[in-house]
Parts: sequence; C-alpha cells; structure tokens
Amino acid sequence: MPEQNPWVWFGLAVGQIALVLIWILLSLAFLLLADRKIWAGVQMRKGPNMVGPFGLLQSFADFIKFVLKEIVIPDGVDKTVFMLAPLITFVLAFGAWAVIPLAPGWVVSDINVGVLYLFAISSLGVYGIIMGGWASNSKYPFLGSLRSAAQMVSYEVSIGFVIITVILLAGTLNLREIVELQAGGFWNWNFLGGGLKNLPLALIMIPMSVIFFISSLAETNRPPFDLPEAESELVAGYQVEYSSTPYLLFMIGEYANIVLMCALITILFFGGWQAPFPTPFTADWSPTLASFFGFLWFFAKLIFFFFLFAMAKAIVPRYRYDQLMRLGWKVFLPISLVAVAVVAGWRVYGGAVTG
Amino acid sequence: MGGRDKPGHDELGIGAGFQRLALQAIAFYLLAVVTVAAGFLVVSARNPVHSVLFLILAFFSAAGLFVLMGAEFLAMLLVVVYVGAVAVLFLFVVMMLDVDFAALRQGFARYMPIGGLIAGVLAVEMVVVATTVANTGAAAANDAPLPATDVTNAEAIGRVLYTDYVYFFQAAGLVLLVAMIGAIVLTLRHKPTVRRQVIADQVARSPRTGMRVVQIKPGQGIEE
Repeated sequence: MPEQNPWVWFGLAVGQIALVLIWILLSLAFLLLADRKIWAGVQMRKGPNMVGPFGLLQSFADFIKFVLKEIVIPDGVDKTVFMLAPLITFVLAFGAWAVIPLAPGWVVSDINVGVLYLFAISSLGVYGIIMGGWASNSKYPFLGSLRSAAQMVSYEVSIGFVIITVILLAGTLNLREIVELQAGGFWNWNFLGGGLKNLPLALIMIPMSVIFFISSLAETNRPPFDLPEAESELVAGYQVEYSSTPYLLFMIGEYANIVLMCALITILFFGGWQAPFPTPFTADWSPTLASFFGFLWFFAKLIFFFFLFAMAKAIVPRYRYDQLMRLGWKVFLPISLVAVAVVAGWRVYGGAVTG
Repeated sequence: MGGRDKPGHDELGIGAGFQRLALQAIAFYLLAVVTVAAGFLVVSARNPVHSVLFLILAFFSAAGLFVLMGAEFLAMLLVVVYVGAVAVLFLFVVMMLDVDFAALRQGFARYMPIGGLIAGVLAVEMVVVATTVANTGAAAANDAPLPATDVTNAEAIGRVLYTDYVYFFQAAGLVLLVAMIGAIVLTLRHKPTVRRQVIADQVARSPRTGMRVVQIKPGQGIEE
C-alpha cells in the first residue's frame, strides 16, 4: 500500500469502526430476539411472534418504543452521573470490539496488547453500573450496583487467570496471533491445549474454558448470576430508575458485552475464525473470499456460545449471593491459579512449545 | 493510537511524518489537558464521589498518554490495576461513607498553608527531576533507550523485570502478600454462633441419612 496521509488513515479507521458498529448492532437486534425465542422455547411458549414474520422485527419495534418514550429523571438524582452511566456502559461495550479479529485481516485495531486491552475495558464496565446505581438516589439501585460491583470484581480475578493460561500457551498478547496459532483443525484449538504436542494440557484447558464461560456469565450479570437485577428482591437492580433511551443504552451495552464474551471464548479457546478442519483449499481463493469464509466460522461459533448463554438463562436457577461469592473465590480462583502454574510448568519443562 | 509496534497501522501506511506528528500532538494536548483538569477537579470537587470519578478520568487519560509514548503495556496495566480494581474499591468506600460535606470543608483554611507548601515542594522536585537530574544525574548514565527492534512492550519489560530486578520484584510480591494476609487476619472472625453452609455435606446427603420413615399409630403421635 502506498504511503498514506494520516488523515486518510483516520478517515479509513472511522469507516471501519462504523462498519463494525453497524454489524454488531444488527446482529444484536436478532440475537436479542433469539435469546427471547430460546427462552420461550424452553418454557414451551412461542415468544415474540407478532412483529414481522416469526417476530423477526420485534427488536426494531422495541427500539422505536424505547426511543420515543419520555426520559424520566427522578427527583434528587445526580443528573450528570445519572446520564453518564448508561453512556459509559454503552461506549465501553462497543469500544472493546475494536481489537476483536473477526476474520483474517478484519480487525479495526490490531494492537500488541489486545488481550490486556479487552481485560482493561471489561474491568471498566463496572463503572457504568456503580455510577448508575449511586446516582439514582434510591436504595434498590444502590444495593444492586454494590452487589454487581463486588460480583464483577470477584469474577474478573478468575477470568484474568484463565486468560493467562491462554497467553502462556500462545506466547503473545495479540488476539490475531492467538487465533493464527490455532490454525489447522480443531485439535489445534486452545481448549485442547493448542496442538497435539500439548494434548495432555487438554485436561487443564477444557476445565479452563468452562470456568471462563461461567465467569463470563457472572461478569455480564447474566442468569444464573443476575443478582444485581434480581427482580424478586431488588425490582430491577441498578436500572430501576432508568427509562427510555438511557435504559436502552444499558440494555444494548449489556448485550454487546455478552456477545463480546462469546467472541472472546471463541477467540481464546475455540480457534476464532479457524475452521475445525484443515483448509488448504482457501489458499487459492481471493483474500476477501477467504476472509469471508473465516468470518462465517467466527460468527457461527459466536452464535453457538450465545445459544449456550441463552440456555443457561432458561434452565439454571439463580444463585444465592454467598454461593456466588463462594464459587468465585473458593472454587474458581484456586483451580485457575493451579492451572496457571501447571501450564507455565508445561511450557518450561513439558512437551514441545508452540508459540 | 500511535506508538512504535503497530503492524496493523503500518499496513494502513501511517507515514507522512509531519501530519502524523500533528495528529499525535492533538491527541497529546487533549489527553494532557484532560489529565491536568481532572487532577485539579479531584481536589476541588465538592462531592467526594465526584472526586473519585475525576480521579478515574485522570488515570484513564494518563493511560492514554502512555499509549502515545508507545508504552501500551504499561497503559493497559494502569487501567486494569488502578482503574479496574483500586479505584472501584475507592468508589465503593466513598459511596458507603456517610460524609458530612459541611464538616469536610470546614478545615480548608487551616490546612491550606501546609497543603500548599507540600504541593509547592512536590512541584519543585518534579521540575528538578524532569530537567536537571534526567540530563546529568544517575539517570543519564544508564538510560539505554530500547533499540527499535520487534520486541514488544510486554517482552521488554519481562526481560528486565525477571532478570535485573528480580529481587525487587519478589520483594514487592512479598510486601503485597503480607498486606493481604494482614487484611485477612484483621477482618476474619469466626463466630461460633453463626451457622455456616457446608455444601459438601448437603451434596453428600442421601435419603437414608436425611429421612426417617415412621409408622404413626393413631392417637399416639411421633416419639422422638
């Protein structure tokens, strides 16, 4: 590519960001519907089926309804912080997508510390919730936000350790490289230890991927860990006082985070855009076609994990708060800590090294 | 985001030196102004929760400055550790405190001189370090700026941290461990009256141990 004017680069980056944003928002609209449909299916209901064929336009109808409602700001709230909170949730949820490699070459910002960036952004997500709960000037939101903060901070620890095991396997913090190392078939994916030479590590990495999945349920406040919005105790937790567009921002941000977590599981453990079998035939294809082929795999895996999220919501009863904390600190943390030590030991003394 | 090792950006061809500098300068001044303003607002905000929020903003923009310098690893660690963990606990505590705002502002005039003095001393020290010491002092002797290789940030830090500074690193870890154990010792209390849930016991319960089948004769009730 010829030498480019940085302003042109700037414009290109903005265009890429807009493209990814539109893709996520469109996918979200249908994933949200899928979530409700799956939930309904488990409970032998039909789910939303009135707006459009099979209810396909339900999310858009909801969107219009949310936007057209009046924004109610309760008396005595801290207005700035109150309005800032949903914005922060929304912006952070979408900012994290900047480093997600969707397909070969399809990534907005291919930075060296991609994993850390994602970790940093997801650890910031708690602010939207705390600020919203505090600024609402009401007891239920406040209790909900305190619960949520404690929960997210706790589960971040085990998520961090699980991510470290993957980083140790891959030897890089760059998400694109992590995916590229898992090329050539499902036996090279990180949940099986990343390559046949590391196959004994599957004993560690399969439980790690499960821990990551469960922790991401807790991190995104999804059932069975949706205590921050436990409606039987806290009405709707930190978002009780929100209405209209601010509520919509909270909700979209939450779902964007869920899909982000699905993408992260896909990238870290299940090969990202890599097909589960060797794909030598794509070598002759044009780069765009090959990228699109990869993107389809990525999207399919992402949807599969979203399906698991939806199923967990439908079939698992809600945890009690002390059980949640016990699971995070007394079960996941020790297990993942031991796993980090074992994987590090394997990398130094064990079989062949991949990265 | 500027910085050294950005393969993605180089593919897009960040080149034209001067304009790139202009873009970086805009980013720098934006971040620097936000950092300083947020730092000032931390002190001057009337509501302590707002103070903490401004502190977080200051941390965050400082991380942005790190990224501009090409130290993206440090930037991310700053965000993960300080913003993601430490400041959350700050915010937690400040929110739960029942703060009397009037009482807080009472001592302002009394503490103003000593606070100003300390701030002045700190400012002078910072200027001295940034100008004289950096150019002539101990720092000038061993400032080996990293050669522009393909070594990433994380790798470069790891190479130094686990070799030259391994004792300091271990000592820092020990200090943190002691602090952690201290906090646990101070707060952990076993109350004998509190009934705790033992999940293993619950799971191990079987119908035989958990249930008793009795034949009740009419008019007699159950004997214990």
